[in-house]
Amino acid sequence: MNTFRGFVVKEFRHIVRDRRTMVILIGMPLVQLALFGAALRNEIRETRVGVVGAVVDDVARGLAVRIDAAPQFEVVPLASPDEIEPAFRSGRVRQVAVFEPGFAERLARDGTADLQVITDATDPNTANTLLAYTSAIVASYQAELAAEGKIGGPAPAVGVRIVPEVRMRYNPELRSVVLFVPGLIALILMLVCALMTSITITREKELGTMEVLLVSPLRPAQILVGKVLPYLALSLVNVLTVLVVSRWAFDVPVRGSYALLFVEAALFTVCALSLGILISSRTSSQQVAMMIALAGLLMPTVLLSGFIFPVSSMPVPLQVVSHIVPAKWFLVIIRAIMIKGAGLEAFWKETLVLVGMTTFFLVAGIRSFKERLA
Amino acid sequence: MSGAREPVIAARDLTRRFGTFTAVDAISFDVAPGEILGFLGANGAGKTTAIRMLTGLLAPTSGTARVAGFDVYTQTEAIKRSIGYMSQRFSLYEDLTARENIRFYGGIYGLTNAAIREETAELAEKLDLGRALDQPIRSLPLGWRQKLAFSVAVLHRPAIVFLDEPTGGVDPVTRRQFWDLMYEEAASGVTVFVTTHYMDEAEYCDRVSIMVDGRIDALGTPGELKARFSADSIDEVFVRLARGRGVAAEASKRAGAPA
Repeated sequence: MNTFRGFVVKEFRHIVRDRRTMVILIGMPLVQLALFGAALRNEIRETRVGVVGAVVDDVARGLAVRIDAAPQFEVVPLASPDEIEPAFRSGRVRQVAVFEPGFAERLARDGTADLQVITDATDPNTANTLLAYTSAIVASYQAELAAEGKIGGPAPAVGVRIVPEVRMRYNPELRSVVLFVPGLIALILMLVCALMTSITITREKELGTMEVLLVSPLRPAQILVGKVLPYLALSLVNVLTVLVVSRWAFDVPVRGSYALLFVEAALFTVCALSLGILISSRTSSQQVAMMIALAGLLMPTVLLSGFIFPVSSMPVPLQVVSHIVPAKWFLVIIRAIMIKGAGLEAFWKETLVLVGMTTFFLVAGIRSFKERLA
Repeated sequence: MSGAREPVIAARDLTRRFGTFTAVDAISFDVAPGEILGFLGANGAGKTTAIRMLTGLLAPTSGTARVAGFDVYTQTEAIKRSIGYMSQRFSLYEDLTARENIRFYGGIYGLTNAAIREETAELAEKLDLGRALDQPIRSLPLGWRQKLAFSVAVLHRPAIVFLDEPTGGVDPVTRRQFWDLMYEEAASGVTVFVTTHYMDEAEYCDRVSIMVDGRIDALGTPGELKARFSADSIDEVFVRLARGRGVAAEASKRAGAPA
């Protein structure tokens, strides 16, 4: 046992003495969290909406008040349609609602009136979301007016109107950080476990110390466990850091069970470690190991897992490829736990896939390590 | 010890094949306790494969061998505990201090903390490390690192120490000092099994074995070998053996005969 503890102590010393490793291990999660959390936020909250022509009209003013009351919006009165363009240009507003003159009278008389909604579509996703919210508010206001009999003309007589009511569940403000934090955890686990493990093992090969370890009474399994254990511990600490910081700084919730979250994270970590072992057993230089880990593991984790681009909007061949990316399955699981508060019954299939993958990579990694070195 | 005559390494027809290629071809030899055996051969002659079998890393295809009294097929764990090993890259961790390296390797071989402390103090004095004991290995001169690596390899008092080209890239004076360390260990009963590319070093060995194409073509004291091949130096013996094989192989290839 003394033997093994000494091994782990030595491994921690390597990590602490190597500035570059330390920066990657401790700095990267926080930098990435800051990036994804603060810089890349595209959440919808108190977006300013310009309103033209509302001041003179009761019905129009009622709608403007309801828009203003929604947490997503804040109404900015605009004096005339001429102000619309400058307001968009300067970014003062992202959406403008223009009421036609005599809005209330036309509505009372004809049963219809024109409301023009102009949205800044520089970012199409946000524009769509804004539009959906505005439509929802308009629809509910319309229903309210109809109930009060304030809408004239033939329309109410026809009877049933179908009014969609749009509601965004789980992440109503559509805050990207809520979506990114689970992806970030996957990315960090891959980075720390797969990348660092493959580098640290190949470094021993480069130095020639691996030969000495293999000739020593240590068993190959002990060498492997001793090398990966510090990274396993560190990555779980990293997960905890990310969760705490994202909760405290960005108000990202964990609605489900923490225990389940950590069990699933540990499963994914072992998967990443196995991949690291597999890579290191097939390469003999740190450079090559790093390139393989970056191109073969981190890129798919970022691009093909649904971290940034939804899997469902990928071309079919890429969707097929995404099935062999472990992070894809982990993301489904961790998002369900964190955002939806779901339990194992919601993602036992994904968990099973991950268990299968982990077993496969672990067996392949250990076998390959023994074959190549011992 | 009563076993002065009992060989510490005994190999009989030890063979290792990789597919159709025979890397080590039925080698047989004995090594006595406290002996320094120079294990020579050109690159690819089969030295590394032979060492891997003797250190329990690789199972032989056929033949037998006992190392420190243990069987290379079934008792590799016991073998590993009885031997020390130093690779050509000195096998110390450059980012750790000398003290930490001693601690680590001592721990791997199951030395107690007290024993490790004692050995550390002893080594520091013997190698005159002084303050260097707590400096990272990478800041130490090559000669010191190499001597330290050797001392660490024999820290747990193994029966045999395997040295794989231990003097690569080291200046002649330091090499000479290194050999003094080896003699000292050998005198205390440790068998030294050393590979080298420096033929002048081969002259320092008790006995020399020269491998050519997987076989041991010559084995004896430097004096015997020089006499047998009527050569002035081991270098000459080596070149004659290696080239002899090469020329023969070349000739048989040209004649179209199976090599």
